[in-house]
Amino acid sequence: MKVYQRKLDIKNGCVDLTHGSGGRAMAQLISGLFHEAFGNEWLARGNDQSAFEVGAGRMVMTTDGYVVSPLFFPGGNIGSLAVHGTVNDIAMAGAKPLYLSASFIIEEGFRFADLKMIAESMGQAARDAGVHIITGDTKVVERGKADGLFISTAGVGVVPDGLDLSAENARVGDRVLISGTLGDHGVAIMSRRQNLAFETEVISDSASLNDLVASMVEVGGRGIRLMRDPTRGGLAATLNEIAQQSDLGFRLQEEAIPVKPGVAAACELLGLDPLHVANEGKLVAIVAPEVANTVLAAMRAHPLGRDAADIGEAVADDHHFVQMATSFGGGRIVDWLSGEQLPRIC
Amino acid sequence: MKYADEFRDKEIALGLAKAIRAEAHPEKPYRFMEFCGGHTHAISRYGLEDMLPKNVRMIHGPGCPVCVLPAGRIDMAIRLSERPDIILCVYGDLMRVPGSQGASLLKAKARGADIRMVYSTIDAVRIAEENPGREVVFFAIGFETTTPPTAVMIRMAEKKRLGNFSVFCNHVLTPPAMQNILESPDIRNIGRVEIDGFVGPAHVSTIIGTAPYEFFAEEFGKPVVISGFEPLDMMQAILMLLRQVNEHRHEVENQYSRAVTRDGNLRAKEEVSDIFELRDQFEWRGLGQVPYSGLKLKRAYAKYDAEIRFDMNELRVDDNPACECGAILRGVKKPVDCKLFGTVCTPETPMGSCMVSSEGACAAHWTYGRFRDHQQRRAS
Repeated sequence: MKVYQRKLDIKNGCVDLTHGSGGRAMAQLISGLFHEAFGNEWLARGNDQSAFEVGAGRMVMTTDGYVVSPLFFPGGNIGSLAVHGTVNDIAMAGAKPLYLSASFIIEEGFRFADLKMIAESMGQAARDAGVHIITGDTKVVERGKADGLFISTAGVGVVPDGLDLSAENARVGDRVLISGTLGDHGVAIMSRRQNLAFETEVISDSASLNDLVASMVEVGGRGIRLMRDPTRGGLAATLNEIAQQSDLGFRLQEEAIPVKPGVAAACELLGLDPLHVANEGKLVAIVAPEVANTVLAAMRAHPLGRDAADIGEAVADDHHFVQMATSFGGGRIVDWLSGEQLPRIC
Repeated sequence: MKYADEFRDKEIALGLAKAIRAEAHPEKPYRFMEFCGGHTHAISRYGLEDMLPKNVRMIHGPGCPVCVLPAGRIDMAIRLSERPDIILCVYGDLMRVPGSQGASLLKAKARGADIRMVYSTIDAVRIAEENPGREVVFFAIGFETTTPPTAVMIRMAEKKRLGNFSVFCNHVLTPPAMQNILESPDIRNIGRVEIDGFVGPAHVSTIIGTAPYEFFAEEFGKPVVISGFEPLDMMQAILMLLRQVNEHRHEVENQYSRAVTRDGNLRAKEEVSDIFELRDQFEWRGLGQVPYSGLKLKRAYAKYDAEIRFDMNELRVDDNPACECGAILRGVKKPVDCKLFGTVCTPETPMGSCMVSSEGACAAHWTYGRFRDHQQRRAS
């Protein structure tokens, strides 16, 4: 028996209020579009929730919302970004991400074709990262009440035995490692904002870092004190945050910090500091000096860590300053970003 | 980055630092004011202070157009933006500038005012074309560098016969502000602070040329070296100033010869003088009223003048009495001498002009250099 009278017109159709009303149209959207894209045994059972086995050890849980504008940008879209961002938040605990949830707030009039593309990117990103999107929700709001589409997610993962990454673990003399070039995501987004009509080849670095993290944990073990992904506010915000939480300061070498020439040029033009610009596929790791070289080598051997670099060290500092020797030869502070630099970057 | 990295070369910087150390007499204090916020930012961003001898001190001048815009002008813009027919177009760095009682354009926008951030004057003209039923006002600020684009925009509006476009003009001039500083009692009569020379503006000078500074060099006996905004430009300019002081010269020299000529950009100057005229006086945050330091639209262009078109009343707001911006801008005090600095006045909640933009003396010191205060305290 056919459950639905007519197939979703993905090519020309769009979301209307009936797709969020709990009726047949909503059921059709969920099964015809989302289940199709995410395809897994949990969703197939069609329950309001999904049950999964809990392994031994400590679990981590995270939640995140995605409001990026524009929804499609060089190197990804809001869907892939939602998976990468959630996976990375879990992975920064050194954990193996397992399951995600995704809830969609859709503005009426949103094209099925775009929604399908976004859902498929999510599905692909989840498969690439080895995670499953096992539960979700769909809401539709009137035109003008949401800017196309917002996605919110949650994710759970499991931490390997004996690992407890946290800022208070950091010690004087620890090394600061970053996994690659800074500012790619923020500049990629800006290049697509309608009022910034400059051409740039920069594409977002949006990527899941769990595999890179696993290879770091394998060689670094407990020598890895903590990891963070420097998203909004960039490396500057992340290191200032860690400095306060760990009651330390940092001293960086500007020359060691990799920035792509296109990103540097765009930042120059816009008066931005690449250290304040968002990343979505980079991590910063504070590691014990004795494992720093081994961890760095493991990072560089991974495709997502090819440009990894040792950029500085943790120092004793009551004021929790992040200081930097500039490549010009002087010194300065790398401070928090003040104010809003780029709204809706993720 | 081509054409930029060449001017940030560490080896050349070290060579210049050595030459500066050799030129500066160790027992003699040298105090140079860099007028422009761009210079202040470069000094802080690249840590130039660490490369200069202790007796060579840089005084950060008032050359940041965002910083010197008085709170009253911000209040006027906010009041205008509250009219439902208005779309106010502004440069992004104006959004957080404090008006009176904690008001800002950012907060006005959050309350529903239609305020759009633009990156170019052309964006404002485009918005006017796209919204024929609304009044589009461009909040024009800046020194001589940003005035020609405003002039071009008015020409464009004229050509396109845009009836819904106007400019809230806050353009100011560099030479009157320099003169105001040199004539202030602190400097001229009391002699509380000495300024031994000026690092002259970079971009401003591409428009006005080097000739307007010849008066200062002569009248006040102060050397002026026009310098580019790159850190090597600054180092070279400081060396040139040291040489002038040591040789008892007070001339206008041009370090930024790759962009600046004696007469400047004649075409741009012509456009500006066609459309704008001097105001009798204009208020600068931190300096107060400065005679003949601001521009307004000529009567022939009155229909593009938002102040006339919308009958905007001049609003005046007193600066916080504890704020030391005026003294800091004249080099009489340093940011740390102000009791508001870093306590109630930070880049997140700026009270005074110097903390408003990253090019302001206080914001630059707070953001990039405040670790030195703690180093000095520890050393003493």
